[in-house]
Amino acid sequence: MTINTPNGYTLDNSGRRIVVDPVTRIEGHMRCEVNVDDQGVIRNAVSTGTMWRGLEVILKGRDPRDAWAFVERICGVCTGTHALTSVRAVEDALGIMIPDNANSIRNMMQLALEIHDHIVHFYHLHALDWVNPVNALRADPKATSELQQMVSPSHPMSSPGYFRDVQNRLKKFVESGQLGLFKNGYWDNPAYLLPPEADLMATTHYLEALDLQKEIVKVHTIFGGKNPHPNWLVGGVPCPINIDGTGSVGAINMERLNLVSSIIDLCDEFNKNVYIPDVIAIGGFYKSWLYGGGLSSQAVMAYGDIPENPNDFSPEQLHLPRGAIINGNLNEVHDVDPRDPEQVQEFVDHSWYSYGDPGRGLHPWDGETNPKFELGPNHKGTKTRIEQLDESAKYSWIKAPRWRGHAMEVGPLARYIIGYAKGHEDIKNQVDGLLRTMDLPFEALFSTLGRTAARALESEYCGRLQRHFFDKMVRNIKNGDQSTANVEKWDPSTWPKEAKGVGMTEAPRGALGHWIRIKDGRIENYQCVVPTTWNGSPRDSQGNIGAFEASLMNTPMERPDEPVEILRTLHSFDPCLACSTHVMSPDGDELAAVKIR
Amino acid sequence: MSQIETFYDVMRRQGITRRSFMKYCSLTAAALGLGPAFVPKIAHAMETKPRTPVIWVHGLECTCCSESFIRSAHPLAKDVVLSMISLDYDDTLMAAAGHAAEAAFKDTIQKYKGQYILAVEGNPPLNEDGMYCITGGKPFVEKLRHAARDAKAIISWGACASYGCVQAAAPNPTRATPVHKVILDKPIIKVPGCPPIAEVMTGVITYMLTFDRMPELDRQGRPKMFYSQRIHDKCYRRPHFDAGQFVEHWDDENAKKGYCLYKMGCKGPTTYNACSTVRWNEGVSFPIQSGHGCIGCSEDGFWDQGSFYDRLTNIKAFGVEANADKLGGIAAGAVGGAVAVHAAISALKRAQKKTQDKVEA
Repeated sequence: MTINTPNGYTLDNSGRRIVVDPVTRIEGHMRCEVNVDDQGVIRNAVSTGTMWRGLEVILKGRDPRDAWAFVERICGVCTGTHALTSVRAVEDALGIMIPDNANSIRNMMQLALEIHDHIVHFYHLHALDWVNPVNALRADPKATSELQQMVSPSHPMSSPGYFRDVQNRLKKFVESGQLGLFKNGYWDNPAYLLPPEADLMATTHYLEALDLQKEIVKVHTIFGGKNPHPNWLVGGVPCPINIDGTGSVGAINMERLNLVSSIIDLCDEFNKNVYIPDVIAIGGFYKSWLYGGGLSSQAVMAYGDIPENPNDFSPEQLHLPRGAIINGNLNEVHDVDPRDPEQVQEFVDHSWYSYGDPGRGLHPWDGETNPKFELGPNHKGTKTRIEQLDESAKYSWIKAPRWRGHAMEVGPLARYIIGYAKGHEDIKNQVDGLLRTMDLPFEALFSTLGRTAARALESEYCGRLQRHFFDKMVRNIKNGDQSTANVEKWDPSTWPKEAKGVGMTEAPRGALGHWIRIKDGRIENYQCVVPTTWNGSPRDSQGNIGAFEASLMNTPMERPDEPVEILRTLHSFDPCLACSTHVMSPDGDELAAVKIR
Repeated sequence: MSQIETFYDVMRRQGITRRSFMKYCSLTAAALGLGPAFVPKIAHAMETKPRTPVIWVHGLECTCCSESFIRSAHPLAKDVVLSMISLDYDDTLMAAAGHAAEAAFKDTIQKYKGQYILAVEGNPPLNEDGMYCITGGKPFVEKLRHAARDAKAIISWGACASYGCVQAAAPNPTRATPVHKVILDKPIIKVPGCPPIAEVMTGVITYMLTFDRMPELDRQGRPKMFYSQRIHDKCYRRPHFDAGQFVEHWDDENAKKGYCLYKMGCKGPTTYNACSTVRWNEGVSFPIQSGHGCIGCSEDGFWDQGSFYDRLTNIKAFGVEANADKLGGIAAGAVGGAVAVHAAISALKRAQKKTQDKVEA
């Protein structure tokens, strides 16, 4: 059967159905089903979130100052970003102004996360879609060394001996017969295009990045005490600055600042010497594989983030851009207002929830979520043994958020397209430079490769921003301001009887918003609409498909039984399923009846 | 099995001399608090052991445990994965997906019956027939039971697997259930924390590989080596508690001086974990050192013990809380007295705990 979707896709589910479950190398649990035609080209795509945790049900009635800790546990990969969004939502509701140093520290923490998440994503979750570690065994270490020095002359670890050592280690590993994480990979699939030397170089960097990532997060440890899941505070940050007074050895002092500074340098070097050169080198071999663009050329959205000054979220004050582009018109960037009930709405027609008024979209402040697990009439299998889903009915634990009715893509590529369209100087320079180096037209950005490249560029840009806020904070301390928290409204007795607020960030994976209602000092209602809810959304009441599904459409598969291409494109979004599938019930009645162990 | 690489092979291959290897073994013995008599034992174990297969499954969780694990500095995560264990199944990191992943799961179980370690991150939800967490079209709880059946031992990573954690906080809408309430017939090591400290995670695994036995566990099933003392017992700010010097407001003068965070709701006095000794991320800091109280994330049900900013007076488990709360005022005038009071409190607490232990045993 053929269906034309309002957002321009022709879905045909008559061909062979292929199921990928679990989709691995992501955060959380996800399933994907596609139909391929006789030529092995994907003609229908179904993406399903397969977990639900009910976090916001749990938040109801709790102290708003505690909310950050609960929602931070939505995701341990993008750790901290939900917490930041939460404290912003509470501060917005209660009119709390944070000090300048707190803004700089929060930005440095958020930027450290962006960099960490992008690097770990590329090397440890995504690379194996492009890189074949088994093929690396055939590489000539000397030629690998030459390749390394060519693509990145300033990277110090580039000698033939170095690559030989890594290759020997890899060889021993493979020969042991215990392939561990590489077991059952698709290593003879023709979709892998790299020569052995590039495979060896990239596999070596997989290991280098694994060593490096534990350093990046120390910015969280210094300011937030630990990582994953550092500590945050409504009204500022919990770490005091004491630059040279009594007891400064236990606060943010010169030694701590030096450590932060050295980590910023480390990130900068890795981004410039390894990450970006790798993306260019690997991308160079895949230049002809420009599938996976999906919605990116049509509809993208970002809330923006990294405010230059505290408490000012106006678009021109944000280092990561805000805006929405629809109908592929890059000449017009719309502003996004999360308070407007007409803009962000969530639909559940194809999600495992029920609304009192089916078919409608609800703004998060008025959101409802009553879980309702049911499979459509055409599914195959049983309730607890699903063989094939029926996408004409409900088929996912993810809701379908829409912006003014449009399915949107969010994430690094969305931010970079919006930044480019708005003439954001840093972003424009980076993008033009990359396209020039790779000899690719602008349209090449609208692809799986473009998504992966935008993430690398953003990592480098975030490194520069980290330095900017470090310098800014040091200047501020020099000028005599050591304040890190505003406690005027810490005591709930100073709060209004009722308040509502919204917090926004750009998580590594895209636009993230939390909506809160506070009543009598307690949380009355809490809603999160997260990046993977946007990207991984099922169909809506109009039949629009979401970004994951759109990106898979019309991609040819070398071997339909080996989902290399599906994984490559899905991974380019960096899916985070624990994030996307946690929604709540505002009334809670139905859920209150649930038996508690 | 002969072609399987041992620890010793790995180290020699990396250019480490026999002499350095023995030195490493004695340092390991010292780090684990063992005498020199154990050095040859460790050396022998490392020379002869193949990589132990590990199956790492994920239920309802946030992946913070995996993220923490890869932060490990000693040993490095890459050395654990390449040279110490054989991570044959882990949805978060493995190359294969779908059918190929499922096949890797089944193969490993079949090939290494009774030999593999099952590491569980997250927990199974039991409501809706388990379909709040679906993997391979089936409820996660089935996969957990399947993997547990032939496992040598089970590690419950983090607060989710050990106690339920955030999704099990009231009203626990999905009926998220800790592993030990579903798997009843296997030894389970709980490594709680949200997440656990990286080196605690790799410490537990390498202990098992090195000594080929379970670590000594406390009554709750936690390794004693990391969870037998409270954060408060080893906190570097403890002298300020004893002296009655407290932070009164965020970012006040006392906060800048690094005084005790007890009045800001710190749960260090009731939390058993290694944060104040091992610390986080290669010893860079831990929550209290960075100015925020401990939220008690390695304790059972810590989400439902009131606000993280409530003083421990509100928590029953603390026992003689009223006196402890008054402590600040008393101690400001009479430091010696305060220390005595605190000692008395601690003694009382110990006695209470013993009684409690007896009751529960």
